[in-house]
Amino acid sequence: MNGAQDLGGMMGFGPIAPEPNEPVFHAQWEGRALAVTLAVGAHHLWSIDEGRHARETLAPAEYLSKSYYDIWISGLEKLVIAHGLVTPEELATGRAATPPRALPRKLTVDRVAPSLSAGSPCDRPATASAAFRVGDKVRAREMNPKSHTRLPRYARGKTGVVEAVCGSFVFPDTSAHGQGESPQWLYTVRFTARELWGADGDLGSSVTIDAFEPYLERS
Amino acid sequence: MSDEPDHDHSELSEVAARVRALETLLTEKGYIDTGALDAIVETYESKIGPRNGARVVARAWADPAYRERLRTDATKAIAELGYSGRQGEHMVAVENGAGVHNLIVCTLCSCYPWPVLGLPPVWYKSPPYRSRAVLEPRAVLKEFGVTLPSDMEIRVWDSTAETRYLVVPERPPGTEGFSEEQLASLVTRDSMIGTGLALAPAA
Repeated sequence: MNGAQDLGGMMGFGPIAPEPNEPVFHAQWEGRALAVTLAVGAHHLWSIDEGRHARETLAPAEYLSKSYYDIWISGLEKLVIAHGLVTPEELATGRAATPPRALPRKLTVDRVAPSLSAGSPCDRPATASAAFRVGDKVRAREMNPKSHTRLPRYARGKTGVVEAVCGSFVFPDTSAHGQGESPQWLYTVRFTARELWGADGDLGSSVTIDAFEPYLERS
Repeated sequence: MSDEPDHDHSELSEVAARVRALETLLTEKGYIDTGALDAIVETYESKIGPRNGARVVARAWADPAYRERLRTDATKAIAELGYSGRQGEHMVAVENGAGVHNLIVCTLCSCYPWPVLGLPPVWYKSPPYRSRAVLEPRAVLKEFGVTLPSDMEIRVWDSTAETRYLVVPERPPGTEGFSEEQLASLVTRDSMIGTGLALAPAA
């Protein structure tokens, strides 16, 4: 969806302002927000893609004015209700009023380190052969789905060159909506800055994106 | 959860309260375990951070065979040093040098290689960097105090899928014979994002 998360190429947000010696968390609640998100996520009731979609469907003004962990918590509040873990009333009062869903995989202390160091690889066996090869000229499709996609607006309709064939991976566009992993070939595609930005692009520089096969057509 | 009072600014107390309420509710319903939350916070506060990535870069500088393995299969080469997992399941190392400078961004969210760099800094996740890194990387680099020769090619890597990138900065001159530990001390977090360069050795 063309939400506020798709920021590449926008203007007017001001300087970057890196903070010297920045702490990992700026307040205790930030660490808790991260940990709660990861711990509930460990039940695997939703994919990382559905989690991202929950954040990017925040209204643009809200998305752009919240701090990042606030965006995470706002997304999580939607997910726990959508998946029947809590009711809106429970979320509003902070008190449990209905029996919990039975879930077999609570993340316990002893499983934290193994779970983090294993991660959740999302490469999957290919179901077809790859349509493109390294060096192929491809155009990113002009598309504007209302659903989740990982093709940024600035690349749509632009022509680039396949730099790497990465393998077959879970397709975010279906995975985000409970429509299955539908593995797709993934390519690293390089676009010149001039192709993306016209004369305002930096001559000689480039941007690569990682693009799933359904995002691309032969050019 | 903790009973310590929050020291957040008042503008943040609303979200702090929401996080606390959600944690309490989910704990009460048996979905999450307080000890596990503590362990996650502790992991990212004190165990996983850019020192991991610095060791990878130092090894690549010191050992050409390792550098080659990092080029061929970065996930596997990084795992040799004990770093793996969440948000680093599919790693690619991109090397600076030969007239090329690499810069990493995630315009769509905050994708970042956690096992080697830890959690991303606020600026990396914020609209100014995410909007501008792809459009005007040279101006962005200038804000970090990095001015590159005008004929230096900048390659920006937008992390739009599950591949996570690690920049291997150029080894600074004057470091011949340095130990891996000495080399690692020159590798900053920003140099592995591409918004910085490796430090020069102290004279």
